[in-house]
Amino acid sequence: MPVRLYLNSVGKSFVMHLQDGISLPVVSNVDFAVETGECVVLGGPSGAGKSSILKMIYGNYRCDEGQILVVRGPDDIVNIADAAPRRMLALRQDTIGYVSQFLRVIPRVSAVDVVAEPLIGQGADERTATARARELLARLNVPEGLWSLPPATFSGGEQQRVNIARGFIANYPVLLLDEPTASLDAANRAVVVELVDEKKAQGVAMLGILHDLDVRERIADRIIDVTNFRQAA
Amino acid sequence: MTDQTTMLEPNFVPYQENDEPLLRVSGVTRYYGDRLGCTDISFNLWPGEVLAIVGESGSGKTTLLNCLSTRLAPTAGAIEYRMRDGSMRDLYQLTEADRRLLMRTDWGFVHQSPADGLRMTVSAGANVGERLMAVGNRHYGNIRATATDWLERVEIATDRIDDPPRAFSGGMRQRLQIARNLVTHPRLVFMDEPTGGLDVSVQARLLDMMRRLVADLGLSVIIVTHDLAVARLLSHRIMVMRHGKVIETGLTDQVLDDPREPYSQLLVSSILQA
Repeated sequence: MPVRLYLNSVGKSFVMHLQDGISLPVVSNVDFAVETGECVVLGGPSGAGKSSILKMIYGNYRCDEGQILVVRGPDDIVNIADAAPRRMLALRQDTIGYVSQFLRVIPRVSAVDVVAEPLIGQGADERTATARARELLARLNVPEGLWSLPPATFSGGEQQRVNIARGFIANYPVLLLDEPTASLDAANRAVVVELVDEKKAQGVAMLGILHDLDVRERIADRIIDVTNFRQAA
Repeated sequence: MTDQTTMLEPNFVPYQENDEPLLRVSGVTRYYGDRLGCTDISFNLWPGEVLAIVGESGSGKTTLLNCLSTRLAPTAGAIEYRMRDGSMRDLYQLTEADRRLLMRTDWGFVHQSPADGLRMTVSAGANVGERLMAVGNRHYGNIRATATDWLERVEIATDRIDDPPRAFSGGMRQRLQIARNLVTHPRLVFMDEPTGGLDVSVQARLLDMMRRLVADLGLSVIIVTHDLAVARLLSHRIMVMRHGKVIETGLTDQVLDDPREPYSQLLVSSILQA
C-alpha cells in the first residue's frame, strides 16, 4: 500500500524560558509511516508524547528535528516540519483532518452548519454538505431537535458527537484521531468504529490515540509504542 | 474568551501555489527622533489572509500599523501594494491624491475608538453613505438602500438609521464603524484594537460578526491587538512584537500553543483562564 504519511527521525523538546530555560525532552527519533487504508494507533502511557506527535503533524506544535512528510497529491509531497503557514492551512483544508474531544463552538452557528463547514470548505455545495451533515448527526444519535441550534448549550457528550461528525464529514486523505471515543456510550462508540472502517475502505490513512481498549482492538491495524521514542535522559 | 468551548478556528484562506502577495513589506523602520518606534519589519500578506500583530503597549505595533496604512511615513523601508489592476506599487511613491483614493475605496481602517472613525453628529445612514459618495455614488435612493442593508448586516435596527452615533451604545458604534468601512468593498482592512474597551459579551458578538464578514467578503486584514483570544479567533497568522521588533511569527495556533521565544511564552502564560 502506498505511504501517505512518513515521520522521519522526528524530535521535539520544549524549552521553558520562564523556568530558567530548562529543556523538556518529549520524543526523539520518531520514525514510522502510515499507509493508505490503515489505522495506526499510538500506544504508551500518558505523558509519553502521543498527543505531541499528533500536534506536530497538524502543525499546532513545531517539529524541531527530522521531517514529517505528507502526500498531498501525486506530485506534491509536503514536509510539514518546514511548511509555511499558508501551506499548512491549505493542508488542513484538503489533506489532514483532526478529530479531537473538544468542540470549538462557533457562536451563533447551528450544529448542522458546524458539521457541514469543512465539506463546504472542500468545495461541496451547501445542499450536499447539509444533507451529509444531517446523516452523520442522525447516525451519532444527536437528537434532531438540536440540529438547528448552536451547540454552545449542548451537553458535553452531544458536543463531542457534533465534533466527531465535523471531523468525519470531509474527505481528508489523512485523519488524526485524538481520543474520539473518550466518554462515549457503547452505541456511539460502535458508530465511530463503523465510520473508521468506512474511511479505511476509502483508503484514508489514520493515526490515532485511543485509550479505549475495546475500540482500539477493533480499529487498530498496528500499534506503535511511543515509549520507544523517548529520549535517553 | 479563552474557554475551549468558545474558541473557533478562523476560516480557511483560499490557497494557490502561485498567488502573489497583496502587500509586501520590506525593512520598515520608524524612529521618533532618537526613539525607536519599530525596526526592520518585513513580511508579505496574501489575499484573504488575516494577520494579527500582538504585543504589549509600547511594543511598536500601532506604529507599524500606521506606517502600513500610510498614516505615518516610515524612516526607512518599502511597502508595496497590489493595485486592482494587478500592478505592484510602492505606497510612498504614490501621489497624495492616489493614496487618498486608495484609503477611501480599497482600504478600511477600524479605530479602537469609534469616535475616531465616525462622524458622531451626523446620522448613522449618512456615516455609511458618505463613503459611498466618496466613490462616486450620487443617487440618494440607492445610497440609502445600501446603507440600510449594511446596518442590517452589522445588526443595527434599521429604524435607527437617522440617529447619530452619539445616541448609540459602544458596541453599536463599533459595528457602525465597521459598516462604514466595509460598504465600499475594500480589499484590505486595518484594525487597531477593535474590541478594546467593550464588555466581554459585546466583544464576543462583534468578533463573531467580524469573523463572518471577513470570510464572506474574502478580506485581507491586519489587526493589532493585545488580546490573544481575539488573535486566536480571527487570525491565520501572528506576529509577536517587542521593543519595536518582530520576535516571533507563524501560524496562529502554533505560536499560541507552542511559543518559542521567552517573551512569547510569557505572553501566553499570562492569559487568565476564564
